[in-house]
Amino acid sequence: MYESELLGKLTLSAIPYHNPIIMGAVGMSAILGILLLVWVTYLGKWGYLWREWFTSVDHKRIGVMYIVLAVVMMLRGFSDAIMMRIQQASSEGTGHGFLPPEHYSQIFSAHGTIMIIFVAMPFFIGLMNFAIPLQIGARDVAYPFLNSVSFWLTAASALLVMVSLAVGDFSQAGWTGYPPLSETQFSPGPGVDYWIWSLQLGGIGTLLTGINFFVTILKMRTPGMSLMKMPVFAWTILVTTVLIMLSFPVLTVTLALLTLDRYLDMHFFTGGMGGNQMMFTNLFWIWGHPEVYIVILPAFGIYSEVVSTFSHKRLFGYTSMVYATIAIAVLSFVVWLHHFFTMGAGADVNAFFGIATMVIAVPTGVKIFNWLFTMYRGRIEFTTPMLWSLGFIVTFTVGGMTGVLLSVPGADFMLHNSEFLVAHFHNMLIPGALFGYFAGYSYWFPKMFGFRLDEKWGKRAFWSWLAGFYLAFMPLYALGFMGMPRRLVHYDNPIWQPYLLVALAGTFLIAYGIFCQGAQLVASIRNRAALRDATGDIWGSHSLEWSTASPPPFYNFAKLPQVESLDAFAHMKEHGILHRAQAPFSPIHMPRNSWMGVVMGAFTFAFGFAMVWHIWWIAAASALAILALVVMRANDENVDYMLSAEEVARCEKNTSQPATHTTAGHNDFKPITQG
Amino acid sequence: MSANTLSPEMLHPDHAQHPDHGGEDNALFGFWVYLMTDCILFASLFATYAVMRHNYAGGPTGKDLFDLRYVFIETMFLLFSSFSNGFAMLSMHRRSRSATLKWLLLTALLGLGFVGMEVREFTHLVMEGNGPDRSGFLSAFFGLVGTHGTHVSIGLIWMGVMMWQLYFKGVTPAITSRLLRLSLFWHFLDIIWIVVFTVVYLMGVL
Repeated sequence: MYESELLGKLTLSAIPYHNPIIMGAVGMSAILGILLLVWVTYLGKWGYLWREWFTSVDHKRIGVMYIVLAVVMMLRGFSDAIMMRIQQASSEGTGHGFLPPEHYSQIFSAHGTIMIIFVAMPFFIGLMNFAIPLQIGARDVAYPFLNSVSFWLTAASALLVMVSLAVGDFSQAGWTGYPPLSETQFSPGPGVDYWIWSLQLGGIGTLLTGINFFVTILKMRTPGMSLMKMPVFAWTILVTTVLIMLSFPVLTVTLALLTLDRYLDMHFFTGGMGGNQMMFTNLFWIWGHPEVYIVILPAFGIYSEVVSTFSHKRLFGYTSMVYATIAIAVLSFVVWLHHFFTMGAGADVNAFFGIATMVIAVPTGVKIFNWLFTMYRGRIEFTTPMLWSLGFIVTFTVGGMTGVLLSVPGADFMLHNSEFLVAHFHNMLIPGALFGYFAGYSYWFPKMFGFRLDEKWGKRAFWSWLAGFYLAFMPLYALGFMGMPRRLVHYDNPIWQPYLLVALAGTFLIAYGIFCQGAQLVASIRNRAALRDATGDIWGSHSLEWSTASPPPFYNFAKLPQVESLDAFAHMKEHGILHRAQAPFSPIHMPRNSWMGVVMGAFTFAFGFAMVWHIWWIAAASALAILALVVMRANDENVDYMLSAEEVARCEKNTSQPATHTTAGHNDFKPITQG
Repeated sequence: MSANTLSPEMLHPDHAQHPDHGGEDNALFGFWVYLMTDCILFASLFATYAVMRHNYAGGPTGKDLFDLRYVFIETMFLLFSSFSNGFAMLSMHRRSRSATLKWLLLTALLGLGFVGMEVREFTHLVMEGNGPDRSGFLSAFFGLVGTHGTHVSIGLIWMGVMMWQLYFKGVTPAITSRLLRLSLFWHFLDIIWIVVFTVVYLMGVL
């Protein structure tokens, strides 16, 4: 391929203006983007956004930005899903749907990559950013600036995926990018490179976040909060960060080696010349399987918080919940081979990985029973977060059982690469992970913004999602049994089509669910006066984040709370301990906002884009700029300041009235003796 | 919000009262944690090398290519650089700027020697037609050894920045903390190199 010195492989022909579908999508995104820019300009909010959000190192702000990113990317990923469903529903026999094969392949590759890396990851990272420091009684994370850098790396990578829509194309090699298909020989275009760089750069951001929160949870808990007095969500995040730190470096290496193959003609994973394709598959899943638990464990933590809160009981079996989480984390590293039982590792090896996989059902089952026992004889309030949790418990159990089925190597030989598998992992990721994030979103929303979300639209959203999920994915289980492979752009079997039509209907129902969530947000903002949370403890909950005002002051706690027991805030309420700090206050050491995070993100994007198109001078310049910023930051001594005691007192006065210990629901927490 | 800026010295005693922004302690602990993730990174590369070390694709083997005496000298450069880095740390704890600078300079020179020898070895291999695109074995070799070399090079840049800071600012708590982390990084790369020397060169030749 021709490469110029100035623009590398990039030419005008990279823009797919001959493809009306892509151009339509690009046009829509561009119009939406421009409308947004115009709107912000019209409101004159650029300065505000820059000062208060883009440059913020406040974990609460960064958390919200992560969630916004996840939601935007979810809309993109979901558009892909609808297109795939329409295609499969209409491409039987003489019908060929509306997507050419090369476009369809890009769509399913982008859908997987986006949903895992740019929806699930930023969504839970956003929730943990917001909630974890508050839950453990800290004023911020261990490295607030690094936190900002992590976010902007993730945002830059997401932007890279979005740009691939308009400039060039995306990978056609699936979200897993197996070689040799992803090697230059079979994928010479920029698609796989977009996939590589967006995963690589976003992955580095995630790794940094993992380190940041690991240190935060271990080193910055408020006095008295021993590990076994932490809320379960904090525990699941702690374990998740360990998984991130152990697995993401493997992804970094895997992608780097594929990069070397593609850019420098090396032979790590090529067909000949001593390459080893199985090595990629192994390495990829040594990251990929823990990654599944990285997205699910935080959701487990959220369910634990939500189920306990809305059953108005302490969580049943706290200790077993913690150990089950750890057990799942350990096991997650010895099951990776079940993703490729059929690749000929032999019966003994398959048996080991099959059994290890089955064993994971045990700690997961422990959790399910803990949630059930928490609800047992509780006074259950059917709020939206609780509904998401209930929908999860039922549906996830179905998915878990199909997982145990797939873990039998013999059965896997029949079902692998079929729609059954597609149904199974969506069954884990939608009602498992995503419902949990939705629960967390509606649970912590009042803490984030000071008013809760509209319940009516929330419930409509839940029921649409739940019913839509069953309609969309149960037919796929059947199709798997009927022998339909995954990723088909066209098929010649009329018996399959009705099932795919039902699945399409389910997808539309989910679309209505998403519409309801949008309507919920609009309705809630309009009606925010009535939905306001004046107490800070709107649900009558048990952990420290609810002891602060809603929204919390930027320093979180005027005085660090002293923790006596598990469910620290419930304990304070029960014993009538005042949980809002009283004067006199002392000065608080705070980090300063910094423009460097967002600028580093911009250069990271430039670097990624330049690498995709082989524009070496921009890549080198961006890398140098990032290095220069790192050095500048190291020389900057003006990175923090002291918030004076008077300032703290003034802020405390301005926040909503302190909740007294007579807050509704405070007596509802019945301690349960575990036996 | 009004704010009065503080120098690191003024902030430092404050950390004791405010474990919420634990500054240098957290930085050191976090860096340890980062090093462990780097360990995983190298572990993946070692695993790859172990799998591919006999995939010669008709090309040369380790026995044909490696010159143990050359690599031994290279190794000595790195090991002695760690040694002199240790002396730099001792001087730093005595709060002697000039001695610290001198030892750091020696460390950097030894490190440069190591990187220089590696670059020479690589150039030599590529010139002979035994570059990383020759075979799976050579890809794995260049991948693993090159990643280590890149780490050392980044360490050298870091060391340069630190010498510059040390020269202009003296032994401040922030700089002490950074030098401690750099020292951890340097020793860590030393340990990795010992494994590289054993697994790649010794086992490749024997």
